[in-house]
Amino acid sequence: MALELPENVVVSRLDELANWCRKNSLWPMPFATACCGIELMATGASKHDLARFGAEVFRFSPRQCDLMIVAGRVVMKMLPVLQRIWLQMHEPKWCISMGACASTGGVFDTYAVVQGIDRFIPVDMYVPGCPPRPEQLIQAIIDLQDKIQAEGTITGREFGTRQRQARKRALVEALGPTGVDAARNPVVQRDLRLALQDSPSRPSAASPPR
Amino acid sequence: MTDPLPQPALPESIAARFAGLDVSAFRGQTRVVVPAAEAHGLLAALRAEGFDLLVDVTCVDYLEYRGATRRYGLVYLLASTGGGQRLTVRVFLDDPQPAIPTVVDVWPGAEWLEREVWDMFGIRFEGHPDLRRLLMPEAFTAHPLRKDYPLQGRGERHNFPVLTRDEG
Amino acid sequence: MSIAPSDHDTRRPADAREEDYLWTLNFGPQHPATHTTLRLVLKLEGERVVDAMPEMGYLHSGFEKIGEHLSYNQYVTVTDRMNYISPMANNVAWHHAVERLMGIELTPRCKVIRTIVAELARISDHLLCNGAVGLDTGAFTFFLYAFYQREVIYDIFETLCGARFTNSYTRVGGVSQDFTPLVVEKIRTFLRTFPKTLDDMERLLTRNRIFVDRTKGVGVLSREEAIAHGATGPVARASGVTRDLRKDEPYLAYADYDFQVCCASAGDCYARYLVRMQEMRESLRILNAAIENLPAGEVNVGIDERVARPSKWQVYSTIEGTISHFELSMANRGFEAPHEESYAAIEAPNGELGFYVVGDGTENAYRARCRPPSVLHFALFPRLIRGHTLSDVVAVLGSLNIIAAELDR
Ligand code: SF4
Repeated sequence: MALELPENVVVSRLDELANWCRKNSLWPMPFATACCGIELMATGASKHDLARFGAEVFRFSPRQCDLMIVAGRVVMKMLPVLQRIWLQMHEPKWCISMGACASTGGVFDTYAVVQGIDRFIPVDMYVPGCPPRPEQLIQAIIDLQDKIQAEGTITGREFGTRQRQARKRALVEALGPTGVDAARNPVVQRDLRLALQDSPSRPSAASPPR
Repeated sequence: MTDPLPQPALPESIAARFAGLDVSAFRGQTRVVVPAAEAHGLLAALRAEGFDLLVDVTCVDYLEYRGATRRYGLVYLLASTGGGQRLTVRVFLDDPQPAIPTVVDVWPGAEWLEREVWDMFGIRFEGHPDLRRLLMPEAFTAHPLRKDYPLQGRGERHNFPVLTRDEG
Repeated sequence: MSIAPSDHDTRRPADAREEDYLWTLNFGPQHPATHTTLRLVLKLEGERVVDAMPEMGYLHSGFEKIGEHLSYNQYVTVTDRMNYISPMANNVAWHHAVERLMGIELTPRCKVIRTIVAELARISDHLLCNGAVGLDTGAFTFFLYAFYQREVIYDIFETLCGARFTNSYTRVGGVSQDFTPLVVEKIRTFLRTFPKTLDDMERLLTRNRIFVDRTKGVGVLSREEAIAHGATGPVARASGVTRDLRKDEPYLAYADYDFQVCCASAGDCYARYLVRMQEMRESLRILNAAIENLPAGEVNVGIDERVARPSKWQVYSTIEGTISHFELSMANRGFEAPHEESYAAIEAPNGELGFYVVGDGTENAYRARCRPPSVLHFALFPRLIRGHTLSDVVAVLGSLNIIAAELDR
């Protein structure tokens, strides 16, 4: 098409334009539970200055955010809270798991600590370290921006179907106050089945979790 | 290590009132072992004697301890705010249903400490105003600091609904 | 100002139940003003807090259970994560308790070094605590001043042991690194520059009308209540309890230094703020005396104690050093703790931080109970807030300095 464009007009796909806008105006929701939260504060403060990457607007209300940064260990009592906050965030949304604890449980391989939040909510970026240095977190955010640019979310999810909305509401109700219920958890059910099938030598694994 | 201030023995009046207490010392700390039935009386008397600060209430599960005959050892750490003296009072309890009268009426600050011991060891404090779990969720059934409870737990930490991208 | 229904709603029947007119407000566990993960369920009548029910456990990670599975030296890494505002104090407290159990006498140099790092930790803790009180009551500049000086202390610790705040600095019978001249120089510089900042901070806030109005007379804790509820540290001292373990049971090198126990009698948020400010000045006095009289000599205890790793020189040139290094490096060959139990505490920035350690002859503790000051202080909270307004909640919470990781462990 021999259409003359003025100099200050750029042609792009709507998809890419939306992604470009999104990636440069992330609003993080700091879910800071433990020591990593201190480094998260340092990242936002003047020396490291997250504002350079358009992600300095920390909002404590999940309704206003699109990037959840989970900094610190998440324990059994806290996980339902985390899930509820994740559900309250609007699409499109992303999640960074900051620090060894949030990603894998870290040094806390104990009865109370969830061994990686990615078992229960979707995670886009993992930041290693105990605690990660602010530079590492900034790198993760830059990488996430690349990912957002490549992802093309406008085609999908945020215009969710009615059915999906209904399922989401049901889940919010199902979470209940503590969420300690093995019967509803597919991961546990699968683990249990596997344990029952092929390891009779480990009876403790087969006994139903309490 | 510089020895801490030499700790005085048990106050005279206490020793006279509670006969047959097992008093020992280790690294300058005086320790008293008292039967569960007399514990409340002794602690109240000690408070009146000047040990006015309840530093801590905790418990040790002696299940795998070499040479131990009783299962739970409850520990009350007392101190005096004036003189800097300390005293450790220990009470031994056994399964099943370990229980002991509460000391919340003597030190109101014991309330949460006792709740924690109940949560972690399952020791009942009779007469406690609000004996709920302190640290673990209410739906939790085990007492995690008991020695027969594994470090990694019994799978409770995996018992949650899984949210996927679609459900978000 | 109260906008309670009772003031306005004249149609309220005389026999109405009080509860029907109360609001229940959930505060936390994920709320910026709780700093970490506390939860409060507040009962409000208009803006006035009628009752508060604190909830905890949202960060309970099983510290005490881990303590039974790690050796005395390994567990120090976990104590870092306990009160992450002043990890050095936790390190010192843990190994203080372990050494009490084993009956180890530290070298003079090590005592002074530990005193120095513990006092630096106290300053950084008080800075953050007071800074956060300032932040919550609207004094943002004050917070920035405080945070800047914390960065300087982080820098000292990073030079000393390579980590900003997960230091894991102490070892049984010693410390992981000796002071280098650079560290001493950095501490000296800090001691020179910090008093000026402290003066600036005092000028900013201590007589600031808004701050004083918001904190004076708020959250009053009487002396009797403080004792009965087991309050320690600055919280108790602001209520007139003259108890400071540094004076009452001098540990480390504290007996050698001249300092005062800072007390106040008002027991309100303002008094707690003043006590912390004053304690920083006293810490400076201790630090000044300590850094100028740093004893020479070995920092770790000798080889014959069989607990601390010998220096490289000893390993390569003496047979005792080689044997001792080998034994300490092997699993199940290390030191033996007595079959006993003991309790030892230090005056941590937050109050009495002690460990009840049960040894069973192996290199792991049989039980490592931590006595956290925060728990008893948090239990006091409903008592302090009743009758005050909702906006005072953050001031009281900040002045108690509740650190969730220490609270829940
Ligand atoms: S990863 Fe390390 S610094 Fe971060 S929360 Fe866990 S223990 Fe703390």
